[in-house]
Amino acid sequence: MRGILPKSFVGLILLFLAFPIVVVFAVSFSSANYLTFPPPALSLKWYRVYFSAENWLAPTWLSIWVAACTVVLSTFLGTLAALGLAKLPRPLKVLVSGLILSPLIVPVIVVSIGVYYAFSKYGLVGKPIALVLAHTSLAVPFVVTSVTATLAGIDPRLEQAALSLGATPRGTFFQVTLPLIQPGVIVGALFAFITSFDELIVALFLSGQGAVTLPRRMWEDLRYAIDPTIAAVSTLTIVFTAILLGTAHYLRKRAEQNRTASP
Amino acid sequence: MRDTVSSTGRGASVSLAGLEKSYERVGAVNGVSLDIRSGEFLTLLGPSGSGKTTTLMMIAGFEQPTKGDIAIDGISVVAMPPHKRNIGMVFQNYALFPHLTVAENIGFPLKQRGVPKAERTKLVGEALELVHLPGYGGRYPRQLSGGQQQRVALARAIVFQPRLLLMDEPLGALDKQLRENLQLEMRRLHADLGITFIYVTHDQEEALTMSDRIAVMNDGLVAQIGSPEDLYDRPCNRFVAGFIGESNFLPATVRGMEGDIVVADCQGAVVRALCPGRPGSGAQVTLTTRPERLRFANGAHDSATVNRMSVTVTEAVFAGERCRYMLQAADGTSMVLKEPSSAAIRRRTVGEQAEIAWSVADTILV
Repeated sequence: MRGILPKSFVGLILLFLAFPIVVVFAVSFSSANYLTFPPPALSLKWYRVYFSAENWLAPTWLSIWVAACTVVLSTFLGTLAALGLAKLPRPLKVLVSGLILSPLIVPVIVVSIGVYYAFSKYGLVGKPIALVLAHTSLAVPFVVTSVTATLAGIDPRLEQAALSLGATPRGTFFQVTLPLIQPGVIVGALFAFITSFDELIVALFLSGQGAVTLPRRMWEDLRYAIDPTIAAVSTLTIVFTAILLGTAHYLRKRAEQNRTASP
Repeated sequence: MRDTVSSTGRGASVSLAGLEKSYERVGAVNGVSLDIRSGEFLTLLGPSGSGKTTTLMMIAGFEQPTKGDIAIDGISVVAMPPHKRNIGMVFQNYALFPHLTVAENIGFPLKQRGVPKAERTKLVGEALELVHLPGYGGRYPRQLSGGQQQRVALARAIVFQPRLLLMDEPLGALDKQLRENLQLEMRRLHADLGITFIYVTHDQEEALTMSDRIAVMNDGLVAQIGSPEDLYDRPCNRFVAGFIGESNFLPATVRGMEGDIVVADCQGAVVRALCPGRPGSGAQVTLTTRPERLRFANGAHDSATVNRMSVTVTEAVFAGERCRYMLQAADGTSMVLKEPSSAAIRRRTVGEQAEIAWSVADTILV
């Protein structure tokens, strides 16, 4: 492929984009007690600090827990929403999907303020359930988008065929529709996980003292005490997220193959 | 299987009464009444948008009629959901489940009916034998050719022994050779199974070769129903005459009747034609006749059974097994004549005056 830009320039842009990650990566393996680049010597001590500090591990587990609950809720709701949307008549479909996708458009800070006021009324601020609910509203659009895309690639006659062969509408859903949209559902679930796991702004408003998530803990760490632990945590988070994205990409590819292979 | 269509006996009879489906888009049905006999191979033939697929979808239960009734073996099924109708269906694009193997696809209807696994395996094996695909059970649909996929779809639609099989242009996506093979196979299957087939196609040749009876559809109505011979030899209107096979249309003026035969002035000749109605003298009508039933006249003919006309040859094409001539009658109407080729027959040349003849039995007033 002959590009518009010379190769060397493209290389520079990529380096520019990747540089922060490279620095964080390198610093996390530093032996120094402060943030310095390049690191004077290599060491795993900051990873040791992370894995032995309760005030890092607790937020990590909370983040994983909140993300897992968000995945369950948003995947369930988002999949049902996508299935329902597909059956709506056109003008209504545009309206409803606009509403469902609105968290993608509205700035998160605005959502956060709104949710903060709403939840504080019921004493939910500082409770993990508040984070789960708010993250679910942010994650549902990703699930809906992903499932809708998969659904659009499925021949409606497959469902008719199943019905004609004697499957009940319920049986048709579980034996035909669900297996076929499964890759889209899983991709949506992965994105939902990342959405919640990485989320800071809502957490700033809703975490309070009782529900400090990992991004919130990192933010506080950066404000009060800077040491290379943050680099180790960041590196772990980046690797973890990259694995999830890689899985999502692989599943999407496989779903595409399945689709092009069927007539 | 309570409250499903009973599955005793072989073929179901299907009765459509004043069936209507209004649509904003094409494919509306405007009042179709048909009685399909038990064990019959009936084809719904028509151009796209004629309502044939919509009619089929209403029988299958995927479309709800706006008006009218559908009865299978005398029992109305209009209120019955598709999965309870016990009807086999084959789709144009096969509609095989891509995530299931061939064996699982064919076993699908049996599984829905609670057939035990061992029995299912046996029936799936038999169904694969029936469509000449033994040993293909472990493959996925995407690993098969189009023709093989359609055989699997066929096996899946008959494995649960429905009494009625619906097919929506099942061979439309296949090439000509394969289509002809599968046509023969479907005829054989129909004879072996003895169940009722309702087949939708826009391909008149396919309809003529396969069907016991054909219902020609146009604009959401049945234009004519009859055996392939009936439709070809005695089309009852201009649409049917033009849609099935090739036809010459000759404007004519009625002189009078001789029993069941109408006598008319046509292109400067007196022509006799079969006529279902009794048009009055002086009526302007159209006569139709098939190109291969015309011949160049030699010697005298009995005018009571044979029509004659003077024409000019305007085009002569040799096409191997036959010669095709374009002719012009006295007032300029074009006609086509097809003559079996033979080295013994003199070929006509363009511009030549000729006399043509054809049977009164091959002339129809439409």
